[in-house]
Amino acid sequence: MDLIEKLQYLDRRWIFLLIALTVILPLIIPLHLKINPSPAVESGYKFIDELPEGSKVLISYDFEPSVVPELGPMGTSFIHHCCQRKHKIIGMALWPAGQVLLESALNTVARDVYNYRYGLDYVNLGFMAGNQVVITSLGESFRKTYPTDFYNTPLSKIPLMNGITNYSNIDLIIDVSAGDPGIPYWVMYAGTAYGKKIIGGCTAVSAPQLYPYYSSGQLVSLLGGLKGAAEYETLIGKPGPASRGMDAQSVAHVLIILFVIIGNITFYLDKRRQKMRGKQAWKS
Amino acid sequence: MNTIGIWVAALLTLCIFSFLYKDNPFYKFAEHLFVGVSAGYWLCLYYHQTIHPKLLAPLFGLGDDTWQMANLVLIIPLALSIMMLLRLVPKQWTDIAWLSRWPIAFMVGTGSGIFFMGYLRSNVIEQIQSTLVPLRYEGNTYSPEMGLLGIIILIIGTFTGIVYFFFSKAHTGYFGVLAKIGIYFLMISFGASFGYTVMARISLLIGRMQFLLFDWIYPIFDISLPF
Amino acid sequence: MAKYRIPILIAMITGCAMVIREFIPHYPFNILNTTFQQWYMIIACFAILLGVGSLLTIHGQKISRRRPGWGYSVVLILSFLIITFFGMVGGISEKGEGFIGSGFNWMFEYMYNSLQSTMFSILAFFVASAAYRAFRARTAEATLLLLAAFVVMLGRVTAGEYLWSQLPIITEWIMDYPNTAGQRAVMIGIGLGIVSTSLRIILGIEKSYLGGE
Repeated sequence: MDLIEKLQYLDRRWIFLLIALTVILPLIIPLHLKINPSPAVESGYKFIDELPEGSKVLISYDFEPSVVPELGPMGTSFIHHCCQRKHKIIGMALWPAGQVLLESALNTVARDVYNYRYGLDYVNLGFMAGNQVVITSLGESFRKTYPTDFYNTPLSKIPLMNGITNYSNIDLIIDVSAGDPGIPYWVMYAGTAYGKKIIGGCTAVSAPQLYPYYSSGQLVSLLGGLKGAAEYETLIGKPGPASRGMDAQSVAHVLIILFVIIGNITFYLDKRRQKMRGKQAWKS
Repeated sequence: MNTIGIWVAALLTLCIFSFLYKDNPFYKFAEHLFVGVSAGYWLCLYYHQTIHPKLLAPLFGLGDDTWQMANLVLIIPLALSIMMLLRLVPKQWTDIAWLSRWPIAFMVGTGSGIFFMGYLRSNVIEQIQSTLVPLRYEGNTYSPEMGLLGIIILIIGTFTGIVYFFFSKAHTGYFGVLAKIGIYFLMISFGASFGYTVMARISLLIGRMQFLLFDWIYPIFDISLPF
Repeated sequence: MAKYRIPILIAMITGCAMVIREFIPHYPFNILNTTFQQWYMIIACFAILLGVGSLLTIHGQKISRRRPGWGYSVVLILSFLIITFFGMVGGISEKGEGFIGSGFNWMFEYMYNSLQSTMFSILAFFVASAAYRAFRARTAEATLLLLAAFVVMLGRVTAGEYLWSQLPIITEWIMDYPNTAGQRAVMIGIGLGIVSTSLRIILGIEKSYLGGE
């Protein structure tokens, strides 16, 4: 077997090993590559920054642990920024595990770093089944949709929720979402229907499909994937796991591009060689 | 418990990764464990967050709020919910599974009504409105020439992309040319999607490696974090 | 009548109520709308119970009939029962105390969390393998797809900026204009499809959701 054939039929476990090394080495030896925020992310940062102090921000954690590397830092950055600007935070989740991830983020950031008080400065309403119906129902009444919060406390007993009837009392909606239900439903049923401003944070898989919403102005801002999270961390001045991961991301992308190029080169060389062999066999 | 938990998490992570070498009993064990834990997790969450506060507490007076006669109307969703579960009854026992069609019809009808207006307003009318824009770039991200070129491309690309999806007419002649241009725009979109998908998958791997290195291995050997 | 006509009537009434409320947000449509939405959320939970019931039935049968791999089904059912016990008896709050009170969150944090994250992360390896073995620029369209992918992949990471300082802005332009054009076309097409299907369901023309017989 010559080199071209060896490359053509390479055992995929060597590819797995190369990818693993490409991810591990930059984590052990950081490259400290600079991260420059993009316009799509800066617009969201600017919007939250310019909201009057004490504005009510609804944050929806619509994702599972599987995408925490991308969306966890994003959600945490949003909470950091809201706390820096002294906004009130109402948290909820449309995905079951989102409520626990939200609880952890609110406790770690809002409570432990900024001394936010539960019930006065922030609240976690928890998860509610129903997908888009939950979003439309919140437009009518928060209390009918969420009789109790994550800790089974009736909403009537939570001071922050007094005076919050429906979307008319909310100044901004931030949706951190991994898919369905997620940003499209928030845009459809809260943004377009009730005219609310929405900032979207999504996985890199969903980002290209959500650009039309950002382009049409239905989204104030769109953060896509680990890069979006890293850019927001840079903007708020709190580099975290997303920023640290960008070194490995950069190297891995270059490797994948090399894989595609080498794969195509070996494919076409092998194809040409087989054509030549075919011609020679025909002549003889 | 934290240390035990991290070791359990790390070992389960390695069990799943072992599949990359080849399928093996460790991977199968971890896979079935995941399915069982997920099913139980979802069941508990749905009960505590929705079934108890929205159905059982108001219907049977289990919550803090005073019970009202109007709460009896919740018998209807309770009945529909039980009818949903009748789908599990085997036909050999009794032919009652068809009753699950009533709650399914309720959900499908409600969902259709909500989708109808939502998609029409947001995904059709708003998107068409955003495409019918003046040929004038007013932003400051790109140069005026790049911005104007972009707007022209946006209009042509959206139009030809929609033409491609019109299958009631054969893609021949001038119509075929428009459809072909539409395909090229769709290929650029799919290429961007592929690029972002690669980014997403690598990000998830980075997350797991960060856990294995910084939360498991580094504390074992007392190595200080590189940040 | 009860098997077909009543479900179609239910779908028609609920669908119409949700649509009419958009145009007449007053009594009685606002009350109907709110009521149906609350009922929807309750019934959606029982749909999940249906899934859990099916899962347990299949694996229970596998164990009782000693089919190959039945041992793994035991692991599945045992883990289900353990987390359900912790969740129902000890509660789901992060503030739970004691062995039973904190069991649910412990299993979520160290089992569910890590298993789900790892399941998705191994996709990175398969994407790399597919990139090497399957992504071939055989046609002009495929070449255009790959070129767009290369530009976006490099432009969205810092390595791209080091290669060429204009690459990030070009990537942003591709996402804002050509990508948005293609995605918008797909979105409009899907939107029209969903609108027509929803209308067919509400009018009782589409009956496939009822199943056969």
